[in-house]
Amino acid sequence: MNVPTHRANHRGRTAAALLLTAALGLGPGAARADEPIKIGVIGEESSVAGASITKAAALAAEDINAHGGVNGRKVEVITYDDHSSAADGVRAFQRAVHQDKVAAVVASYISEVALAIEPWSARLHVPYITPGASSNDISKHVHDDYDHYKYAFHGWLTSAFIAQSICDFSHDLLVGQFHMKTAAVMSEDAAWTTPLDAQYLSCLPKAGLQVLDHIRFNPDTTDFTPIFNQIESKHPDVIITGISHVGVQPTVQWHDQQVPIPMAGQSSQATTSTFWKDTNGATEGVLTATAAAPGVALTPSTEPFTELYTKRYGVSPAYDGYSTYDMIHILAEAIQRAGSTDPDKMVTALEQTDHVGTVGRVQFYGRDSEYTHALKYGPGLVTGVVIQWQNGKQICVWPTAKANGKITFPTFVRLPKQASAQ
Amino acid sequence: MKALQILIDGFAISALYGLGAVGFTLIFGVSGVLNLAHGGLMVVAALTGWLAAGELGLGTVLGTLVGILAGLVAAYATYAIVVRPIQRSRAIRPEEMEIFVLTGTLLWGIMIQVGMGYLFSDNPVTMRPLLPGVLTLGGVRTPVNEIMIAALCWISLGLMWLLVNRTRAGKALLAASMNPRGLTLLGYELSHIYLLVWTIYGLLAGTAGVLLASFLGVSTANAGQLTASAFSIVILGGLGSVSGSLIAAYVVGYLETATAYLIAPTLRPIPALILLVLVIYVRPQGLLGRR
Repeated sequence: MNVPTHRANHRGRTAAALLLTAALGLGPGAARADEPIKIGVIGEESSVAGASITKAAALAAEDINAHGGVNGRKVEVITYDDHSSAADGVRAFQRAVHQDKVAAVVASYISEVALAIEPWSARLHVPYITPGASSNDISKHVHDDYDHYKYAFHGWLTSAFIAQSICDFSHDLLVGQFHMKTAAVMSEDAAWTTPLDAQYLSCLPKAGLQVLDHIRFNPDTTDFTPIFNQIESKHPDVIITGISHVGVQPTVQWHDQQVPIPMAGQSSQATTSTFWKDTNGATEGVLTATAAAPGVALTPSTEPFTELYTKRYGVSPAYDGYSTYDMIHILAEAIQRAGSTDPDKMVTALEQTDHVGTVGRVQFYGRDSEYTHALKYGPGLVTGVVIQWQNGKQICVWPTAKANGKITFPTFVRLPKQASAQ
Repeated sequence: MKALQILIDGFAISALYGLGAVGFTLIFGVSGVLNLAHGGLMVVAALTGWLAAGELGLGTVLGTLVGILAGLVAAYATYAIVVRPIQRSRAIRPEEMEIFVLTGTLLWGIMIQVGMGYLFSDNPVTMRPLLPGVLTLGGVRTPVNEIMIAALCWISLGLMWLLVNRTRAGKALLAASMNPRGLTLLGYELSHIYLLVWTIYGLLAGTAGVLLASFLGVSTANAGQLTASAFSIVILGGLGSVSGSLIAAYVVGYLETATAYLIAPTLRPIPALILLVLVIYVRPQGLLGRR
């Protein structure tokens, strides 16, 4: 019977100690100088894009520590798994903050998870960057309620800018070079594709592609034959995709059924080198937007990072591997500039970010932009690249200035010129 | 044109459903076991086949065989590690046996799914088609592989039929499903028959797994869905009835395909589930069920 009393006493003592700590102003920001700076990284080991986050974060921390750390302190990355679940993501975030006392969190490539974590970063005042989720709502929340949500940053392009980059690519190459005139939009039904599709429908016609059909399908779909069938009956020149949760199945079925329409757009799983193996090469000819590509020097650090990652892990980074690597560096620099891990000072320092990373020159939109704290998009900053799978390799085809190859389509694909000749 | 498309696509997917479900129902008919790790076994076969064909460089045909073999090994493991110890346990009362087997195999299935997810990630994998290329049938572009898969399903089913109906061991198996006690009185060892039915089951589930991997792709996340689909087909056809399961597989396969083409791909599984509920109301023993 003594045990519970003892525990209660112990608990009381802990509470008193906590109160004392708080009274003395020794919050998480006031750690000892020789203690490492902890950064929480929430990924998902069983998915390609999720695993890329934790792997890239580890490499970034190694790099920072090899260069002397931050103000003499080492950076320590603590990883968590959200199992693709918003509830697990929030739990991981809470654990990172309350138990592991991290200074900041980099989390998730899934918008549903990133959006669930966002209010917790606001409540707990912990700087938080998502390196891969893309819903516009993440930065919209910061814009609409800055004082509350200012701790959230968006480390990869928002859906609207992803769609815009694909429209820009379509204008330059699909319309400009291949004389395509029509498109069908095919996206999975998820939080990130709602703004993506809205932007597609608005910018594709401006880029010169009339949208003939718009299909949103359940991410649980396994048989894509009826979807391809419906698209084919409308005779578009190209299928513009918005897929991330799915990837292998539509790609393999597109190839096996020899759907004669090229696929381009955002196919997140196709951004990593394992996709060739996962699809047995069926991804040949598929075009996707991504952060960077092997062998393409967007900046001086792109290629060394790609090589290091590939050497260490045997696969190339997914798009969010690049952005995670950059974001860990950006956090370290912000802490250095702020001179502490005080969250509000870190937010101010993060807002001043001007970092040439692996994906380009990284800056965040300010308070006046509707995309507050989202990555700035544009030439000279970050545009992403468009790659095409050719013979097992990702060939960069856009922006044309960085391209290391030209688009070629599989033989079963019918192109507008050939079609009119038949 | 659309009707023909539905006819062709529905045929292949239904054949695959049938192949998956027949072993499931057979094992219930003979030994009263409802194996809720069914989808897990198919996933093991599919992933092993993919690994052997691609990573280990054995090629598609050998990879397929290795995958089927993995399905068989997984079936034996299910029997030896989960089902048999429960059936032999003296601590479990006979009337509670079925619920223990259900729970045991359910947990085993989850363990397989999570374990395979850890090893292979939950990304779907696909095996290279056994025969590449497409064929135009009456204006419908059909992958040769799809036709081949339907044919392989029916060959497997035919072989199973021959085994059960034309061989001595098969007839004993059939007898065990009718009256196990009578069979033991005739001097048959029931455990041998159980082993035979688990062998047939493992081969069928393994084949269905690798063929599915080469047709639509399989991921560890599909395990539960594959079990549920086999389960509902078997309930619809009548527990323990092989021909009932085949008919039900075609009913479900065509209903799903027609829904996907005519209404919306997103609503694909709904009508079949509604039908299942109706059947449970009106004819609880299923289409060709015995009880």
